[in-house]
Amino acid sequence: MSSEARVLDQHEVAPDDGAVVLQAVDIAKTYGVTRALKGVNFEVRRGKVTVLFGENGAGKSTLMKILSGVEKPSAGQLILDGEPVNLESTNDAVARGISIIHQELNLASNLSVRDNIFIGREIRTRTGAIDYGKEREITEQVMTRLEESISPNTLVQDLRVGQQQVVEIARALAADARILIMDEPTSALSATEVEVLFKVIRELKAHGVAIVYISHHLEEALEIADYAVVFRDGELVATEKAANIDLGWVVRQMVGREADYDFRDEPRDFGDVALSIQGVTVAEPDTGRVVVNNVSLDVRQGEIVCLYGLMGAGRTELMEALAGRDAISGGRVLLGDQDIRDLTIQERIAAGMGLVPEDRQRDGLIQMLSVGKNMSLPSLLSTVKSFFIARKIERENVDRQIADVRVKTTGQDALITSLSGGNQQKVVIGKILLTNPKVILLDEPTRGIDVGAKGEIFALLFREAKKGLAVLYVTSEVGEAITASHRLIVMSKGRLIREFDPRTATRDQIMAASGEHATHYDHEAAEGAHQ
Amino acid sequence: MSTTTTTPAPPGAPAAEERKGLGSRFNMNTLLVEGRALIALVIIIVIFAVMSDNYLTAGNLTTITKQVAFNAIVALGMLLVILNGGIDLSVGSIVGFTAAVAGNLFRGVHVPGTDLTMFPSLWVIIVLSLAIGMLVGWVNGLLIARLNLAPFIVTLGMLYVARGLTEVLLNGQNITNELTGQPGLNNTGFFEIFASKPLGLPLAAWVMIILAIIFSILLNRTPFGRWLYATGSNERAAQLSGVPVIRVKTLIYVLSGLCAAIVGILQMANISSATADLGTFYELNAIAAVVIGGAALSGGRGTVRGTIIGAFVIGFLANGLVIVGVSPFWQKVITGAVIILAVAVDQIQQIVQRRRSAARAVASAKAAAASRQSTDGTSPSS
Repeated sequence: MSSEARVLDQHEVAPDDGAVVLQAVDIAKTYGVTRALKGVNFEVRRGKVTVLFGENGAGKSTLMKILSGVEKPSAGQLILDGEPVNLESTNDAVARGISIIHQELNLASNLSVRDNIFIGREIRTRTGAIDYGKEREITEQVMTRLEESISPNTLVQDLRVGQQQVVEIARALAADARILIMDEPTSALSATEVEVLFKVIRELKAHGVAIVYISHHLEEALEIADYAVVFRDGELVATEKAANIDLGWVVRQMVGREADYDFRDEPRDFGDVALSIQGVTVAEPDTGRVVVNNVSLDVRQGEIVCLYGLMGAGRTELMEALAGRDAISGGRVLLGDQDIRDLTIQERIAAGMGLVPEDRQRDGLIQMLSVGKNMSLPSLLSTVKSFFIARKIERENVDRQIADVRVKTTGQDALITSLSGGNQQKVVIGKILLTNPKVILLDEPTRGIDVGAKGEIFALLFREAKKGLAVLYVTSEVGEAITASHRLIVMSKGRLIREFDPRTATRDQIMAASGEHATHYDHEAAEGAHQ
Repeated sequence: MSTTTTTPAPPGAPAAEERKGLGSRFNMNTLLVEGRALIALVIIIVIFAVMSDNYLTAGNLTTITKQVAFNAIVALGMLLVILNGGIDLSVGSIVGFTAAVAGNLFRGVHVPGTDLTMFPSLWVIIVLSLAIGMLVGWVNGLLIARLNLAPFIVTLGMLYVARGLTEVLLNGQNITNELTGQPGLNNTGFFEIFASKPLGLPLAAWVMIILAIIFSILLNRTPFGRWLYATGSNERAAQLSGVPVIRVKTLIYVLSGLCAAIVGILQMANISSATADLGTFYELNAIAAVVIGGAALSGGRGTVRGTIIGAFVIGFLANGLVIVGVSPFWQKVITGAVIILAVAVDQIQQIVQRRRSAARAVASAKAAAASRQSTDGTSPSS
């Protein structure tokens, strides 16, 4: 490792420097009034892994969409092999050798591996029928290259998630991808599957494939990186060779202003238990798989409890079951003294508990309604006087709440979609607060929000907590878990693993408890020993 | 470095103005969508008035209004369903079924196991018939809301079921004479009431006006209306906000059934008999009226006002084509073309609108960036 670093130090002339295959010049992207990318310059090199770091909403995903032809840039130019290109569509990008593998796998699970690999660009015989023999042959060749023994005729639904990902990679390779973009490829993988994936990536590098890799698992991503690129608030803030940097550098570049909010010194005078989760188990309705396993947890009045865990740890499932969307298959949930297990969502909101969901666009906003009508929706019945909505009361409530949670808007009649992500989230939180809840549940409340708005949202939650509100929220950002909670509980594989006091806990302790790829920690320890 | 969020006045101001612009333009847009139907209506009236002297006569206008009213009442129920993102294909059959049920009640109900025949009074007949229409709608609603079946399939099936039951009840014979009732049986007065013309306007038109007002209030002033728009726009988010989506969904099909049943009664009075094919294709005219009125079939967008105008467009067009002597075959072609045109113009308008607002946003972002660069050169990195 260290000898390689020495070679790379003279990076101008290093022989193993890959040639630049794809270049983004001054790429900017605007959505409505939101500027997702503000003039980014970026290079992808042959046979190298370029890792993109950045918090949610920093602009990584937007850049990936532009590189893969999903979106067109508002300004700037892409240069492929020295020639300016305009990617008209994803098909156009694939034809030019750029493929993307999304976080959510894009496979038809009822079709075979072979059919999935050739979907949309089937090989034809002279008569126009599909040449299954040829497709099968190529599938087998690609699988051999990836050193995976997956039969072309296996149905995708019979594969494990890790193998499904390999199928996605195989699809890109079968399309002769020279540039492969991977968006959070490890988020659903087990530690061993990650090892397999990394082996495949090294294999691809050796064949000269350029890889662009996005991940929230910083250490893991550093392990595979050749180049690190850091995004913050739509700007590319740093580019460096991976050999020259460490985790601390990445975090510093990424957050820059993590200390912008720190609520560790907030007073801790808690009241009675507001929410008592007792042995709650949740099974997936379709498969019966247990996703939340015997979870017990109390949240007191005025207390902010953070559940930290990775995607797939069962956090969202727990939150949705508490809110009433999914059935609780075992255990009890007490809101004060009331068992709410059999109540509907509406009854739970009336009883004093509401959820701010993870996916704001899908579950949080009514896109066709105004800011005001979104804000008043859960508490609408409280403004009803003899069958009719008392509009004056409704509007006053909404105006007060807009001021209270500090939504930046031109007024309550503005379209909800005209707001920035952070302000939309304030509306979603504000609408639950308007129901006068005793407990508020938040699932990734700062997802896709810039740093300033994050601080405002936590300031709001701590202010409400001081008035007695019990807060239970889920996050996958360690920094947030430490700086914005009274108590921190790590969740992994459906279970609560360990509880921490955020005033004393360290990043490493928390990540280790969450089972974030123990193999990596050995690696880091080994590296430390070398130095 | 928190310039992007806690914006000082200069860069923030243009952005705020921009947002306001978008908001007011959206209102302009909805106005245009409905205004477009209104413009079409005026054009249709002018063209036919020029072509035929018989078009704008009091007699013809009364005829048109009655026909429009039948369609508009069904369309009001359809509007609720479409606002939810659903569709109700069974309404035409419910019209026929309701009339058949009412006709049979006039004929008297044979009490099983006895020689007795019961003759309900006029208002019992009306209430029972309307209840039957609501019942059919309720079955639709239960299957769609509780079992999560596709509205298209459920109501398509119900279209056949209700039409078939109509034919079973009528058994090949129209019910005509019994509708007059007999003084001894306390079931007279049907035509006197339901074919009447209070203040010179057909009763159907009055019912349309009253229902339009009620539905307008329902949609704009009650939680149910708000819930309906919310579930039509984003059902998952509405559900998490505590909206009783299943109840809302069930209720709209009940109301749609009720509207169809009302038309069943009125239409039976209009043609003086209950026939097996009464109400055939009403569902299609109703959908056309709702769509021409600017509603989105995907749900969440649509108004009572637009729907009524849509029904008038179809009514005036159909009547005009008859009056100027266009062949019935070409009438269908023209009506169909107008429906497609209305939706196409709507779609094109929305695309143009979206492009324009995107272009404006880009321009303002550029302007903001330029002004920020010129005012302070210290933006990046802290």
